Amino acid sequence: MTRSVVVTGIGMTTPLGGDAPTTWAAALAGTPGGVRLGADWDPEQPAQIAALMRENPAEILKPVEVRRMDPSEQCAVIAAREAWADAGAPDIDPIRLGTVVASGIGGINSLISAYETLRDKGAARVSPHMVTMIMPNGPAAMVGIEVGARAGVHTPVSACASGAEAISYAAKMIEDGRADIVVAGGTEACINGVTMAGFGAMRALSTRNDDPATASRAYDMDRDGFVMGEGAGILILEEEEHARARGAKIYGRYGGAGLTSDGHHIAQPDPEGSGAARAITMAIEDAELSASDIIHVNAHATSTPQGDFAESVAIRKGLGGQADHAWVSATKSMTGHLLGGAGAVESIFAILALRDRLAPPSINIFNIDPAIELQVTKDGPVQLPAGDIAALNNSFGFGGHDVALVFKSV
Amino acid sequence: MSEDILAGLAGIVNEVAGVPAEDVQLDKSFVDDLDVDSLSMVEVVMACEDKWGVKIPDSEVKNLKTVGDAVTYISANV
Repeated sequence: MTRSVVVTGIGMTTPLGGDAPTTWAAALAGTPGGVRLGADWDPEQPAQIAALMRENPAEILKPVEVRRMDPSEQCAVIAAREAWADAGAPDIDPIRLGTVVASGIGGINSLISAYETLRDKGAARVSPHMVTMIMPNGPAAMVGIEVGARAGVHTPVSACASGAEAISYAAKMIEDGRADIVVAGGTEACINGVTMAGFGAMRALSTRNDDPATASRAYDMDRDGFVMGEGAGILILEEEEHARARGAKIYGRYGGAGLTSDGHHIAQPDPEGSGAARAITMAIEDAELSASDIIHVNAHATSTPQGDFAESVAIRKGLGGQADHAWVSATKSMTGHLLGGAGAVESIFAILALRDRLAPPSINIFNIDPAIELQVTKDGPVQLPAGDIAALNNSFGFGGHDVALVFKSV
Repeated sequence: MSEDILAGLAGIVNEVAGVPAEDVQLDKSFVDDLDVDSLSMVEVVMACEDKWGVKIPDSEVKNLKTVGDAVTYISANV
């Protein structure tokens, strides 16, 4: 018997807000998240801008939690607490409860501060919590302990596709019968000199330092790279009968996933977008839909010159003629790029778009790139039709990872 | 002296493990009463070494079962 997966809780902490309702309201309002970094930021860094979390987790959590958790773990736990409460703190046998939370980079801020301690004070002063703060599975494990998950705790890592891959893995756990509820999502908090210098060296970051609010401008002619963001998104995925039996609120339905790889280049997208297009097609098939059902696309659209174009080609291949009708939103224009958190936050956006029948804006498009042959939202939200509709969320990562997810309205 | 060390240690345990300072009493066991696990105990030791300039080797840490044990050790070695 097929086990269907629904979404019964959401949580987010992002550059647009410290919780899901605030973040979503700010996204619908077209709020830019990019800011100028502080006076202590190295003036030699190519990027002087980033999209910082609106609410600092260190000011929300208990001091002892801050001491033991990397910022990427802190924001995952904050989003997970919100999502879990939003789902009604379900009463579930722990062996039927799983966690899949991903990060693209991991606890690098903690690694750097541990290195500084080693250098300045010696090995005897490195924190005994350092290892569990830097390990990539740290956020998943912290969230798993938070909810007491015993069906399995997992961490797929695929750079900026990690959050989306986590959701597909979580849904599979439910479909395959391993769990009835899985706390799933992605997190990232890696704004530090080393990471920013590295992405800067790749020429991946926007250097529109004099105008942080408009620096993330996917699909614009003058886009010059992404704006680094930070934060987390967590969804409560639940087997449908389980959710209905306990009278849970249902936001939307998980449709399916497509996961492929480019086999092309470690950091460049395949200009033909063939891996991404196959992922889109697979996700639509997995959801037992056809391309014409996809009314809305939350695109990966990071604001890099090559990536946005390659994805647009892939969307046209994957959706065919429906690419003329589906409303494409580039929400990184507001949130910045949350790397491993992006796929989760944007999946939540896609689900809320289906619920509210509103495709969120894509801000900062002053002159749309004529090479982008898509129907892109602009400064305001776009009304989506009533009835059964579906949305696609794309996420791609360095390494050539392509993940497409499809969600359905309820 | 011991009272000052107890007060200082209570502040450390509070900072490291989130235990209310007033709960840190001489007869309390770090593990059983204060929920200070082995990792947090490492942090307690580091902070004590920094605060009082004492050296607390690992071989000694296992003997520090209670807050009183730690206060006695620090008092004798400071």
